[in-house]
Amino acid sequence: MSTGERLQAIDLRRVRAVSGMRRWWSRLPRGTRFAVLAVVAVLLYLLPVLNPPIITTPDSDFATVLFTVTTYCLAALGLNVVVGMAGLLDLGYVGFYAVGAYSVAMFASPSSSIATKYPWLVCVPIAIALSMIAGAILGGPTLRLRGDYLAIVTLGFGEIVRLSAVNSPGLGAAAGITSIPHPPGALNGQPIFSVLDAKPYYWLGLTLVFVVVALVRNIENSRVGRSWLAIREDEDAAELMGVPTFKFKLWAFAIGAAVGGLSGAMFAGKQGFVSPDSFPVLTSVLFLAAVVVGGAGNRLGVIVGAIAVAYLPERFRGFQNSRYMIFGLALILMSIFRPQGLIPNRRREVELADRKLDEVGVEVNA
Amino acid sequence: MLLEITDLQVFYGRIQALHGVSLYVAQGEIVALIGANGAGKTTTMRAVSGLRPAAHGRIRFDGEDITKLRADLRVRRGISQAPEGRGIFPGMTVLENLDMGTYARRPGREQRQQDLERVFGLFPRLKERRMQVAGTMSGGEQQMLTIGRALMARPKLLLLDEPSMGLAPMLISQIFSIIKEINGQGVTVLVVEQNAQQSLSIADRAYILETGLIVTQGKGRDLLADPAVKAAYLGVA
Ligand SMILES: Nc1ncnc2c1ncn2[C@@H]1O[C@H](COP(=O)(O)OP(=O)(O)OP(=O)(O)O)[C@@H](O)[C@H]1O
Ligand SMILES: [Mg+2]
Repeated sequence: MSTGERLQAIDLRRVRAVSGMRRWWSRLPRGTRFAVLAVVAVLLYLLPVLNPPIITTPDSDFATVLFTVTTYCLAALGLNVVVGMAGLLDLGYVGFYAVGAYSVAMFASPSSSIATKYPWLVCVPIAIALSMIAGAILGGPTLRLRGDYLAIVTLGFGEIVRLSAVNSPGLGAAAGITSIPHPPGALNGQPIFSVLDAKPYYWLGLTLVFVVVALVRNIENSRVGRSWLAIREDEDAAELMGVPTFKFKLWAFAIGAAVGGLSGAMFAGKQGFVSPDSFPVLTSVLFLAAVVVGGAGNRLGVIVGAIAVAYLPERFRGFQNSRYMIFGLALILMSIFRPQGLIPNRRREVELADRKLDEVGVEVNA
Repeated sequence: MLLEITDLQVFYGRIQALHGVSLYVAQGEIVALIGANGAGKTTTMRAVSGLRPAAHGRIRFDGEDITKLRADLRVRRGISQAPEGRGIFPGMTVLENLDMGTYARRPGREQRQQDLERVFGLFPRLKERRMQVAGTMSGGEQQMLTIGRALMARPKLLLLDEPSMGLAPMLISQIFSIIKEINGQGVTVLVVEQNAQQSLSIADRAYILETGLIVTQGKGRDLLADPAVKAAYLGVA
């Protein structure tokens, strides 16, 4: 058996094992699947009320942690569009998260330099739109680059956004912007969203995660999703099939950015203030770690990754300080032993094996 | 003239790969482009399909200047390329790969079925393997898949980059008779080959490329008999 054949045999076996689980799930009756999902959803909503032992965070407010997890889930889902679905490496994703947060801060806060004082709900679509535009602005000149070059330019973008905020008095400079209003709504005369109780934020965040999952799922199965898949698997071949690759890469950036912006808008609404300190390069790295560790290209995978990145350090506070070291180590170990992620995307797994074949340089035998 | 290339020059950075290539392909022909490794055959193909820009020269297709046209629009004009080597979508199944071939056309269900039958008629192996993930297929099967996928686009001009590469001897003559068959169905073919013997014997005309320049051209069978060509490309002293 040649190296190539052995690689193929191994990878074929792995693909079969994963698709076994998938097949089991898809063979369950429709009603059963729906019921299981419904129960899981209800349990997720009840999490901060039930405060289940072991899962709950002893050192910090559980609902707040859960809310943070949902913002990470949103960011990971958005970044997954870019990295997992279209196959473009983006190291500056925190930039879009920042654009979303700052958009809400600028348009909603009475203390910002423009002080339009739009309600939070009006600011969210603005934040999404501005993030999308930022995505297109970053993508336009850079998406002709491939691989490593693109990664470096995007890395710079994240820093440019943060440094622009630091150096613009209009954006609150280093101090940031305060008194950002909370989302609207009142119950019995009491505002639903306040600093006192983080549960409503979590519920809102969780709902948005479900909405985004549904949207992304639809896109994946559409012509747009197929175009991304083709670009990711072989950009030249995609072009030879007539896929306008540049246009679809730009869309991937814009859609990914929109979801990142939404995540940032949520963050700003909960926090009540934003400052450049909230958007360091390391956050980009954490988002990317969530996607890669979880399983790029797999929605469930990246959500699991986001939970790991956002929840574990809060649960095990003792590790807080060595958080980045542990994630760095985890990333290295993952890339050696399980480069396809915890819950891999079936196709991506084959793509990785295929790339390995290219590197081994096997002879093509019929 | 279906395809007409005039004085084409192509660079990779500062390296010049094509130094002014001129060739044409008439409607209904099979034209072979032959040359050693690194002669610029693939580069020529990539320039025709739009993956590589022309620094100088002109490419006309079907009466239109396409030198500056985007690659995806060239596909819509009727140019379809089966790339060299492992140019399949590895994570897609055979069927999904073939469906990518119809990306630009968006055929209806019946049309698609008809096109699939045609490809399966030429490559029964693909029909057997249609649910297999393409990245796990053998090199020869992947080769068939790239050709089948290019045919799904119903091209006016089919570009084949080394269709016989890595195939077992028996399969090689089979692939060339399939090319002949495709051509018989009305598709014009430009084929790049190192296998001069086989390609010259099916080609109406052929060009020989050496380090980015056309050095010889003529009828396929004339070149087969040419002593210089024999010595250099047919391994006959
Ligand atoms: N991406 C690239 N960057 C730099 N030089 C390249 C690149 N691709 C091809 N070349 C150079 O251009 C020249 C022509 O290459 P091309 O791939 O067209 O040759 P070919 O005739 O198809 O060869 P083969 O028979 O080996 O496929 C070669 O000298 C090659 O080194
Ligand atoms: Mg070549």
